[in-house]
Amino acid sequence: MTNTTTDLTRATAAQLADLLAAGQVSSVEVTQAHLDRTTAVDEQVHAYLHVAGQSALAEAAEIDRRRAAGEPLHRLAGVPIAVKDVMTTVGMPTTCGSKMLEGWIPPYDATVVAQIKAAGLPILGKVNMDEFAMGSSTEHSAYGPTRNPWDLERIPGGSGGGSSAVVASFQAPLATGTDTGGSIRQPAAVTGSVGTKPTYGGVSRYGLVALASSLDQAGPCARTVLDTALLHEVMGGHDPRDSTSIDAPVPAVVEAAQRADIKGMKIGIVKELTGEGYQAGVSARFEESLQLLVDAGAEIVEVSCPNFRYALAAYYLILPSEASSNLAKFDAMRYGLRVPPTGIDHPSAEQVMAASRDAGFGDEVKRRIILGTYALSSGYYDAYYGTAQKVRRLIANDFDRAFETADVLVSPTAPTTAFRLGEQLDDPMAMYLNDVATIPANLAGVPGMSLPSGLADEDGLPTGLQILAPAMQDQSLYSVGAALEAALTDRWGGPLLDRAPDLTAKGA
Amino acid sequence: MTTTVDEVLPYDEALAAFDPVMGLEVHVELGTNTKMFCGCATTFGAEPNTQVCPVCLGLPGALPVVNAMGVESAIRIGLALNCEIATWCRFARKNYFYPDMPKNFQTSQYDEPIAFNGYLDVEVPGEHGEEPWTYRVEIERAHMEEDTGKSLHVGGSTGRIHGAEYSLVDYNRAGIPLIEIVTKPLTGAGERAPQVARAYVAALRDLLKALDVSDVKMEQGSMRCDVNLSLRPKAGEPTSPEQAAVPLGTRSETKNVNSLRSVERAVRFEICRHAAVLSNGGSIVQETRHFHEDTGATTSGRIKSDADDYRYFPEPDLVPVAPSREWVEELRATLPENPAEHRRRLQTEWGYSDLEMRDVLNAGALDLIERTVAAGASAQSARKWWLGEPSRRANTEALELVAYADQVGLTPAYVAELQSMVDAKRLNDKMARQVLEGVLDGEGAPTAVADARGLELVQDDGALEAAVAKVIEGNPDVADKIRDGKVQAAGALIGQVMKEMKGQADAGKARELILSTLGEG
Repeated sequence: MTNTTTDLTRATAAQLADLLAAGQVSSVEVTQAHLDRTTAVDEQVHAYLHVAGQSALAEAAEIDRRRAAGEPLHRLAGVPIAVKDVMTTVGMPTTCGSKMLEGWIPPYDATVVAQIKAAGLPILGKVNMDEFAMGSSTEHSAYGPTRNPWDLERIPGGSGGGSSAVVASFQAPLATGTDTGGSIRQPAAVTGSVGTKPTYGGVSRYGLVALASSLDQAGPCARTVLDTALLHEVMGGHDPRDSTSIDAPVPAVVEAAQRADIKGMKIGIVKELTGEGYQAGVSARFEESLQLLVDAGAEIVEVSCPNFRYALAAYYLILPSEASSNLAKFDAMRYGLRVPPTGIDHPSAEQVMAASRDAGFGDEVKRRIILGTYALSSGYYDAYYGTAQKVRRLIANDFDRAFETADVLVSPTAPTTAFRLGEQLDDPMAMYLNDVATIPANLAGVPGMSLPSGLADEDGLPTGLQILAPAMQDQSLYSVGAALEAALTDRWGGPLLDRAPDLTAKGA
Repeated sequence: MTTTVDEVLPYDEALAAFDPVMGLEVHVELGTNTKMFCGCATTFGAEPNTQVCPVCLGLPGALPVVNAMGVESAIRIGLALNCEIATWCRFARKNYFYPDMPKNFQTSQYDEPIAFNGYLDVEVPGEHGEEPWTYRVEIERAHMEEDTGKSLHVGGSTGRIHGAEYSLVDYNRAGIPLIEIVTKPLTGAGERAPQVARAYVAALRDLLKALDVSDVKMEQGSMRCDVNLSLRPKAGEPTSPEQAAVPLGTRSETKNVNSLRSVERAVRFEICRHAAVLSNGGSIVQETRHFHEDTGATTSGRIKSDADDYRYFPEPDLVPVAPSREWVEELRATLPENPAEHRRRLQTEWGYSDLEMRDVLNAGALDLIERTVAAGASAQSARKWWLGEPSRRANTEALELVAYADQVGLTPAYVAELQSMVDAKRLNDKMARQVLEGVLDGEGAPTAVADARGLELVQDDGALEAAVAKVIEGNPDVADKIRDGKVQAAGALIGQVMKEMKGQADAGKARELILSTLGEG
């Protein structure tokens, strides 16, 4: 008989939910299994910034007690989860991967966290990210990079590399993420996992430490499309504390993932998001996936979104602008790091602010604050922020037109497989280009998903396929994603992640 | 720190050479129960940092939600100021660093104010023999924003940040809804500019009070005025086209002028200061200035230049405000009467002379009289009582009449009760004054005071008849005169009867009785 602990960490959230419901395992056992796995492998992976073993086990025990008492429970009750360190959590540090917030314990839960707690998912801990979600590799975390479970010398994507690595290394079946320009989807692509950025406003932003308010969107990370849908349903819904939250029911994502029906569906290939600039293995796996979708009954059409070519430029004006303002609150006055300026006997508040911000923020954060401050300056506003907003409108128009002919759009998620740690650290433009295919969805507010499409022949690393749907049609992502996942898993003879290296063997 | 004393030119000389132009920015704290973007209470004077939450403390992750009552109040203010109301407008972030601003940006409105292009007709009282004058103040805009926290600088001698040992910040005020009302440049006021400024702020205060959107207490800072002033060379009469053609001069901005009198004085001082600088061939520095109540002077604050860059951009955490036209019209239909019109109507209804009305307004008794009349008293009696002893005592204690009445517990209902006792001949005038004094001394309601002090006209005719008989008997000479038709001589007897009755008699009744007894009735 195989080791029970290994079995439980290998199970999907849906399978764990069934086992828990059937009384075959307890939440304490499931939670302990994942904590054991973390003890075994996270020294290598470094997904966690904070492991909350005690409270997770206490929450698990409480769920077990309630289940034994016959109380009605959420389907995912007792299934543990990891939370991205950008979401506020009562009683647990929330650092956003920054020295600026080292040791800060928020007095309130993010709405998403409150919903997760209400559904009864024990929180295993907080996972790593690029500082304030700025980056595509987690190398910009002030607490050291997270490593890709497929190759520990490579990046797990970013900013949500902790979320992707924690599920890909079987330390948690589920994780939350946030996606401002691809921070859920690109990490999913390079780690062979699944992640969804819901429609803007579909998940509350209350309690997410803001990067760029008009682009940020929280979403689910998991190893399967169904698990992603199950978590999406927990996280989604209207929140009166977020003015930009959509006042409508969560789309029927779980049902769509279960039906996986794409017969007669029109799937659009975005001309501008294929071809040149994409690694050969990424393109090859993408082409194969298209054929599988056709085999499953879909029709492929080509669409053009000519303004997508300006997306990156517009994004890198809007994001820094909003970020420069959002990050102004970190001033050492009320919480977080406070550093006295050197050589000044009686420093003014302004001098303390300056010294603290200098010491607390990393280079990438400073770079973007400077960019944004400049872009919003009087005399430059119209040329930069103003123009970027117009481009944003044009990109939304491109989506509208594309969705007249296609039900969903597809592209490779990222242009390459996971690059090596340090490879792009000194080349911000190369780093920014990782998000070229994911950014348009954030600018237009439409939902997107990434799921594994296979391994690139040249390096044996995971490749990802992105699906984009019209706003508030998130369920379409799950129909297509589940259908493709079924076909691919069939072809592979099992989940892609079964082919990932055995970290315990290596680490032993 | 030494403060340089600015040179000033005498007012008359300043006005002979220059034409003043003003711009007034008034910040009004709305009286909503909760803050502009969160559910925290707004009670004044609470313990520091007890009315705060993640949103108004600017904690990471917190998000604002617009207070609907704040928007409604803003629209009502806009309508009362004859403004157009935006069909669609956004909040904007005004970015600058300051410890009392939790997010280091203020959520405000920039180029899309909720209300714009209005006016307020202001009655400038006649002084020094001038005729009263109606001046139209053009309103540029009224927009919504949030207040900042409050810094307390400890250890310095001035209470200002300079020289302080440390500062304490109270965030209770952070996020309280503010409406900022900005005038267009006010020209043509000439030498009456200071009075126009005062009259405008007073009229605005009355208007906001009538709208019931704010308690408009300047001394508590719930209404604050910034005075922008510039001078330009005089080219003719203040309202002449020649004068209007002269370009505006450089302005100074005097911040947080917190009483009507100070507004007037600040304008006057700045006119004299600017004039001195300009007359000496100098130029005005664009800067913020502080007004000092004790000296009536302003001193230099922060140099303000066009390089000040707040990096405004639309607040992405909030959705646009788009008030429907139906709602706006609904609000317009339920606006209270304009205070100036209200005053004119009351004067007609009450039959007050202009002089009487002016005294009532100066005494701050209008509202009290209105409520006293509503409680059943006649307009003349209500005026007589309020402008009498209560006004004298309020003056002595340097309190507004309303505040004084509040303090001692004198209500319009009490005044009406007092008058009804006079009307019912339970009290004569002199006794009524004593009863009023008792009320002011905190002895309770008029009836209670009258009972306690034993003040009541004797209604027993037998006692009065006996007293009359006794007085006639004791004054045969006077009685004879009356019998001979010298009716005015009765006065002497009435006085004695009243004395006999210890003042508790109806003098009119005593007179009737004396005359009828002596055959003159």
